[in-house]
Formats: sequence, C-alpha cells, structure tokens
Amino acid sequence: MDEGLHDMTSFSDQPPEEQIAQWRAYLRSRRVLHDSDIEELEGHLRDQLAALIGAGLAGDEAFLVAVKRMGSLDALSGEFARVHCERLWKQLLIAPEAEVPAKTGLREMLVVLSIAVAAALAVKIPALFGIRLNLDEEVPRFYLRNFTLFVFPLLTVYFLWKRGWNAKSGLWLALPFAVGAVFANVFPWNTAAGKAQELSDTELLTILHLPIALWLAVGFAYVGGRWFENGGRMNFVRFSGELAIYYVLIALGGGVLCGFTMMMFEAIGMNAGWFVGGWLMPCGAAGAVIIASWLVEAKQSVIENMAPVLTKIFTPLFTVLLLAFLATMAWTGSPINVNREVLIALDLLLVLVVGLVLYAISARDPKEPPDFFGRLQLLLVVSALAVDGVALAAIAARISEFGFTPNRVAALAENLILLVNLVWSAWLYARFLRGRGPFAALERWQVAYLPAYSIWAALVVILFPPLFGYR
Amino acid sequence: MDLNKDLVAASATPLVLALLAQGDSYGYAIIKRVAELSGGQLQWTDGMLYPVLHRLERQGLVAAKWSVLENGRRRKYYRITPEGRAQLASLQKQWQVVDGTLRYVWMRACTT
Repeated sequence: MDEGLHDMTSFSDQPPEEQIAQWRAYLRSRRVLHDSDIEELEGHLRDQLAALIGAGLAGDEAFLVAVKRMGSLDALSGEFARVHCERLWKQLLIAPEAEVPAKTGLREMLVVLSIAVAAALAVKIPALFGIRLNLDEEVPRFYLRNFTLFVFPLLTVYFLWKRGWNAKSGLWLALPFAVGAVFANVFPWNTAAGKAQELSDTELLTILHLPIALWLAVGFAYVGGRWFENGGRMNFVRFSGELAIYYVLIALGGGVLCGFTMMMFEAIGMNAGWFVGGWLMPCGAAGAVIIASWLVEAKQSVIENMAPVLTKIFTPLFTVLLLAFLATMAWTGSPINVNREVLIALDLLLVLVVGLVLYAISARDPKEPPDFFGRLQLLLVVSALAVDGVALAAIAARISEFGFTPNRVAALAENLILLVNLVWSAWLYARFLRGRGPFAALERWQVAYLPAYSIWAALVVILFPPLFGYR
Repeated sequence: MDLNKDLVAASATPLVLALLAQGDSYGYAIIKRVAELSGGQLQWTDGMLYPVLHRLERQGLVAAKWSVLENGRRRKYYRITPEGRAQLASLQKQWQVVDGTLRYVWMRACTT
C-alpha cells in the first residue's frame, strides 16, 4: 500500500492509538482501577470509536466524543472505589495521596494524641476516688472489669470525629457504654464470693465478655453509623484484625520499654516499680489502643495484608493439626478426656477457625473463581466441625455428671454459636466451590453473623451474675 | 428532556438485569441497547455502567466471563445468575407498584 495513503487513513478513520495509549496510562495512574477494569473500559472506548468513525467522524474527533461520553474519570474511579472497597483498603485513598493537604494530617495527629492522652489519664481517674491500682497486692478486679470502659468510649469518639458525625447523633452511642458501666459495677460480687480477694466465675465472665459486647458499639462508630452499607462491616472486620496485630507489636515494644525502665533505675539504686506498674503499663496499654487504631487507619498500606498473610500461613497448618488429631483418635481409639478445660479449648479452637475463615474471606477478591485455598478452607472448617462434634458427643454423654456452672453454660452456648456459623459457612463454601452459589453469599453470612457474638456477650454480662447468684 | 439523575441511577440495576435476562451481553452493547429502547432519552455516562456491572457481579447477581474476539482483544461478557433473576423479579414488582400508583394518581388528576 502507498505509504502516504496509509498514513492518511490511519489519521482519519483509524482509532488514534497514541491518544488511546495516553488515556490508558492516565487510567493506570488511578490505583483503584485494576488492569482488567482498564481493559474493559478500553474495549468500550474502542467499540465507541469504531461506531463513531463508522458514522463518518475523523479519528481524533471520535476520540474526543468517546472520551467525553465516558464521563469524568474522577467520578468513575470514585464509583469503582465504592464498589471495590477492599481495593480502597489497600490503596488507602480515592484521590492520589499528594492531594491531601498536610494540614489535615497534622490536625488528625493532634486529635489522636489528645484522645490517646485522655485514654491514658482516664485510667488514673479512679485513683482520685481511692480505687488504686496496686499490682503487687491483689487482683485489680475493678480495673479488669472496667478496662474496656476507659478505652472504647474514647476510641468511639475518635471514629465519630473521623467520620464527621456531629455530637448529637453520636450521643446515643454513649448508651451501650453507660449500660456496660452499670452492669460491670452494680453486682455484689464482693460479698457473694466469700473471700473478697478472689475472682468469682461470673465476674470473670463479665471481664471476658464486656469487651466483645461493646466492640459492636465501636464498630458502629467505625462504619459511621452505616452498618449495612458498602461493605462497612467487612472493613470493620479487617480493621479489628489489623488493630490486634498493631497492638501486639506496640505491646512488645512497650514491654521492652518497661523492662529497660526497671533495669536502668535499678542500676542507680532506685526502684521504678511503682511507676512502671502504676503508670507506664496501665496508661500505656490504654493509650496504645487509640494509637494502634490510628495507625491502622492512617498506614493501612504498610501492613495491609498482615492478617490475610497470617491466615494463609496458618490455615494449612491448622488443617494438618486437626486432621492428624482426628486420625490419631480414630487409630488409637482413645476417647477425649472430658475435663474442665476441654470445653474452653474447643471454644478457642472454633474461634480460631472462624477467625481464619473470616480473614480469608475479608482479603479475598469476591470475583475470583474457586481455587485451591478455598478447598483448603473448607477442609479446615469440616475437620474443625468433626473434632467439635466428637468432643461434644463425649460431653453430652457425661452431661448428667456436670452441674450447670456459669462457665459451662457460657462455654456450651458459645460453642453452639460458633458451630452454627461454621456449619452454614461450610455449606456456603461447598456451594461456591461447586459453582452453585456466589462467594458474596459467604461474605454476607459472615458479616450478618457479627452481631450474634456481641449480643450473646451482652447477655452473659447482664444475665449471668444474677442468674448464678454471683458465684 | 433531561431525566432526573436519581431516577437514572435507580433504574440502572433493573434495566441492566432485564437486558441480561434476555441474553448475555457486554458493557457497550448494553448502553447502546438502553439508548435505543428509550429513544435516546435515557443516556448514561458510559463509564458509569461499569461500576454498576461490577457491583452486580460482586453481589452474585450477574457472572462475568472474558472471551477473546477475532482481533485478539478480550471482551468481558456478563450473564445473569439465578439470584439475579430472583432479584429482577423482586425489582419488577417494586417498580410496578410505583408505576401503577403514579399512573393512577395522574389519571385522576387528568379527569378532575
């Protein structure tokens, strides 16, 4: 073909490749758009171009029209971010980071620091009223019961501020904390326990369950009150996992700090124990929750995939453990030794498996087809169910020997709650793996189930102490 | 006539599902079909269809598959799932309620 003619045709009735390439590069700079999205959008642009050129427009004119019809790319990537919020979680921001003025970052840091300091000081408020924290003498029962109430309300305030709620609409979130404060402190455990120093069973249950119950209120503030929208609950699950990881890291550092404080002051002949035990540890533990939350919020990209990575590592390992346990039990025929700890160990096992499933789901792209890891997850769930089933059968066989103690009722009920979750998860997983159902169903089930844990925990806090006579 | 933005947004899901219920399709073809059926009155910003399609895919209402065209490019085809059909039936009922009510009100407004 004639060179000049070829040039001319490519100029007038061919798609302008160079401009398309530029447009594509521009789309790539939006980190919320994945390559496959860009490919899809480019396919659309090319179809549109072909139609316009076919209608008689020149290539570059057609390009202008087609791009215009595509609409604003800001709005488009904003929409994509809303649909794929797990990407946003990784990418942190809809807009490029440079567009965020440094001032808001500084302002947020000041707000976070003041809330953290407030949390740290809140721990010392009871001391003003004569309830001192003395780690050497006795179990700090008051502090164990109430530690949630020093921190969670302030964490809630942080999220209310961050999500731009006004004080009025956030005020009713104070209600669960007020209720929690009442039920953590009104019951007469002191007298009922006989010995004042000892922790009674129901008191211990309150200590363990109050945080779970109130975490739901924090979650409500975290999602800005829109509990059912836009994958907010799944983001809260991600947040909770990353917060735990950050908190453990900070706690490790804090432990080292405490150790050095003791050691160095001892070197000059002074005992810093009162400071470390009375101030540094409790105040630091409270403030660190706020700081860790802020870190999760602000630095998502640094550690973004920690929880999913840990999930990927431990899912196969725990599956192997459970299968080996089942095989050994079947081989040797030795029955499960039903003692006090078995129920609690089983609960912890189920919590762990639910956690592994939850975090695997939270990190998964719901559009991916079934893969090997999905099958492994199903195997994990099924083997956990098998172990739990065997153990529950053993416990049921001897249930008459048990009295109804608060610990056993709580542990059995929690076992049931987790069991229901896992049975239905296994069913949904199996459907998904056989291509009979969407992955989204599994995600929906898990997030819909979240309040169940907190509601049960609240029941334990409110009903158990009077029900069991403050034992 | 410019259609109200909210109305366009609200009708996007039932329209997309209804079109896919007639047969598998892809983004560009869906937009063309909608413009055709509405006599050009229902114009979407082209790009905005894709987040809608992806949302439906995430919810499991449609399933997507890439297929390779003759010219070597790939195109993403969407297919309605059984869940999608159920959702469509429910949306249909909801829209019929709205439509029926409005018709009734307007008819009375005309006669009186």
